[in-house]
Amino acid sequence: MKHVLYAAAALAAFTSPSYAETIAITGGKLVVGDGSAPVDGATVVIRDGSIVAAGVGVAIPAGARQIDASGKWVTPGVFAGFTRLGLSEVDAVNGTNDKSGGKSGFSAAIDIAPAIDPFRSPFAVNRSAGVTRAVVAPEAGDNIFAGQGAIADLGADSDAVAKPRAFQFAEFGEDGAANAGGSRAGTHLHFRAMLREAQDYAAGRDNFDDDLLKAEDAKALLSVLRGETRLLIHVEGANDILRLLELKRDFPTIKMVFVGVTEGWRVAPQLAQAGVPVIASALNDLPATFEMLGATQSNIGRMKDAGVKVAIGMINDRDSHQLRYTTQYAGNLVSLEKLPNASGLSWDEAFAAISSVPADIMGVGDRYGSLKSGKAADVVVWDGDPLELSSTPTTVIIDGVEQPLGNRQQRLRDRYARPTEGDLPKAYDR
Amino acid sequence: MKMTFTRKAIAACLLPLSMAACTSAEKPQTVSSVKPVEKAPAPFPSTYKAYPGVATAIRNVTIYDGEGGKIDNGVVFMSGGKISSVGGPETAIPADIAVFDGAGKYVTPGIIDIHSHLGDYPTPSVEAHSDGNEATSPTTPEVWAEHSVWPQDPGFSRALTNGGVTSLQILPGSANLMGGRSVVLKNVYSRTIQGMKFPGAPYGMKMACGENPKRVYGTKGRMPSTRMGNLAVNRQTWIKAQEYRKKRDSGKEYTRDLGMETLAGVLDGEISIQNHCYRADEMALVLDMAKEFGYKVAAFHHAVESYKIADLLRDNGVCSAVWADWWGFKMEAYDAIPENAAILQNTGACVIIHSDDENQIQRLNQEAAKAQADGRRMGIQISDAEVIKWLTYNPAKALGIADKTGSLKPGKMADVVLWNGNPLSVYSRPEMVWIDGALMYDAKDPKRRPVSDFELGQPGEGDVK
Repeated sequence: MKHVLYAAAALAAFTSPSYAETIAITGGKLVVGDGSAPVDGATVVIRDGSIVAAGVGVAIPAGARQIDASGKWVTPGVFAGFTRLGLSEVDAVNGTNDKSGGKSGFSAAIDIAPAIDPFRSPFAVNRSAGVTRAVVAPEAGDNIFAGQGAIADLGADSDAVAKPRAFQFAEFGEDGAANAGGSRAGTHLHFRAMLREAQDYAAGRDNFDDDLLKAEDAKALLSVLRGETRLLIHVEGANDILRLLELKRDFPTIKMVFVGVTEGWRVAPQLAQAGVPVIASALNDLPATFEMLGATQSNIGRMKDAGVKVAIGMINDRDSHQLRYTTQYAGNLVSLEKLPNASGLSWDEAFAAISSVPADIMGVGDRYGSLKSGKAADVVVWDGDPLELSSTPTTVIIDGVEQPLGNRQQRLRDRYARPTEGDLPKAYDR
Repeated sequence: MKMTFTRKAIAACLLPLSMAACTSAEKPQTVSSVKPVEKAPAPFPSTYKAYPGVATAIRNVTIYDGEGGKIDNGVVFMSGGKISSVGGPETAIPADIAVFDGAGKYVTPGIIDIHSHLGDYPTPSVEAHSDGNEATSPTTPEVWAEHSVWPQDPGFSRALTNGGVTSLQILPGSANLMGGRSVVLKNVYSRTIQGMKFPGAPYGMKMACGENPKRVYGTKGRMPSTRMGNLAVNRQTWIKAQEYRKKRDSGKEYTRDLGMETLAGVLDGEISIQNHCYRADEMALVLDMAKEFGYKVAAFHHAVESYKIADLLRDNGVCSAVWADWWGFKMEAYDAIPENAAILQNTGACVIIHSDDENQIQRLNQEAAKAQADGRRMGIQISDAEVIKWLTYNPAKALGIADKTGSLKPGKMADVVLWNGNPLSVYSRPEMVWIDGALMYDAKDPKRRPVSDFELGQPGEGDVK
């Protein structure tokens, strides 16, 4: 019976995405998400999809539906810093995998938004794990520019894209070199030449040298060049980072964000001085490639200590399906604080690195990533410390709408809770 | 997994220079004739020797013994490379030995990963290091993983220091139906692979169901290209192995065949079957194939659908080596659920948490904790001590080394991890790791942290990893 109810709830959510009620979450341990310490006995009030107030002693509006969070934790939803959410159902089944549009003949123009499919199962699975927003990037094809990514919400409705064309994504380092003719020299040349072509395009079609860009690509790159659209760049090695910082000096209007950044600790002062924020892989500690020789789990902690703005992302690390690892990764950085000579994050910093910091880095911190008045009501109530392995959400709210927490994995679980067949085959058990 | 490497291996085989190797691999490898009764000494014998340790006790510590037991405020005492005694606070400790106070800390047996490719797919993950799949024939029982394992893989050090891994099985990849022999290692760096081999550990043989073999060979226009082709090639090969074994035991002269020796070893019960198999229906078919030819499957690996046939697996005494929550990366992993381990445990079937991954081998304790929590949420309560068994005694049993390691019982190898908190918490890490009683990792002492040749002189070699 409960499955029937779940199905009905899911259907209702999909047909009325804008419905939002007044909700008061009371008595919980409040994590604002901005790096401040949790406070006990707080109230969070939500109305019309936004946070009205969050804190101790907040008045409960008349008529509000109350959710008792006594003994529980109340946090902003996890803001997954770098993903391919909604771009694949089964990675190795090509027809379900939309990560790369590289064979389309386009590059920077590719807009991933229409490929983000909220009906794919990773939405429901990761929503029930407390992930409410995600940075969704295309994969690069045969070009250093992969195209334009989006900010998605994980709400159980038909409209997943909160902000389309939120950034441009590019590959540097080994992957970028492979896409630019086999050498990092080619990567830098392509980068400069493509931006010049975009400028030529802006100057007038007569000047447009379209060797490298189609007109649509040029338009997308112009937006990057003018600083209207962020440029997220995948880069891992210390030298590649330094050379990119030089490139940034030549193109001062471009708003760069570095992604991956396994060797960031080696050049942390330069990163901090350049003011380039980073969406780093939390636990890369193996020299998986020669651009990651210096890999260490202390990377994020050291960059943070040097003054770099760092969020946690998961580029190329099960980034379409396992956004739910984000809290575990943050927890691991906290555990480093207990190890001699290691650098991790405090608990408060670690939670900020998966909520307000990535939202700020993506330029949407005014709307997402923390529980403050006026921000979108992406709120999760957890049955324990959200970074701990034993904890799980009991309530997930996105844009003020309480979400269904069921998913297909749970249906399989319930069918096979007792594996032996009963009076009828398992196929009749639902 | 390891699909990318599989593709690389195929590419290598298509190069003209490699063609000779591809075709010759299909010919019988005549080696020499031996008298059947004679038993030659095993080649490539282990030269592993335990490093010197001092008699050590940890007291006032929470102990999970690896067999489901828990002792609060306990004592572990090791000497001569072995566990000497384990017990409550009253346990006697000799004078003048090293004693650690374990207040707030936990002791478990060394963690065992039954499914690793450290060394045969080492980091850096460059093509020149891709040595896990002899993807030139669907059955290659003649290859031995130990001939591919690079003992300088930096991954061994991370598995030790972050994961508390003291023993691990290195398997060939899953491109082939019969991928070759595995090797069980002690996680102690050595100049040679012989120096890492777990003394006295039986060999395993890797088999693979499903998508990988039929894709690798089907795309070459070769058999198998279907699941029924997978079974047919397997059965034909087992028939040959039965004939070989008969000939070997007949007392007449016969020609040695490396592949057949391995398969006959399986039929003799001396080599265990470690079977990559995702789907429930395929596992059930393999169990019947094993009955047809008279061998036993020790463990199904990557068994994401074991929960659908937990009773069958229990009744057949087969372990399931599983991830906590991997899913969706390929079609046969589509029905994976995070409660897989808990449903198996609840049904009375054997559970092992494995990695198949150079990163998650560093967090097997965390993966087990997630699987435990997912069980709890569906009403299946599994104690912490029982969950630790998934990482210690159960893999030891499936590898045939449970008489030597895998639990804290007197007389067993002193493979011991001291954790700085509950190992099922995300906030805990190994603080000290002993292997055969020798202190091989100490978080407080940089000199007790191994650095492989590859990382020496590289940036960060002195880092805590």
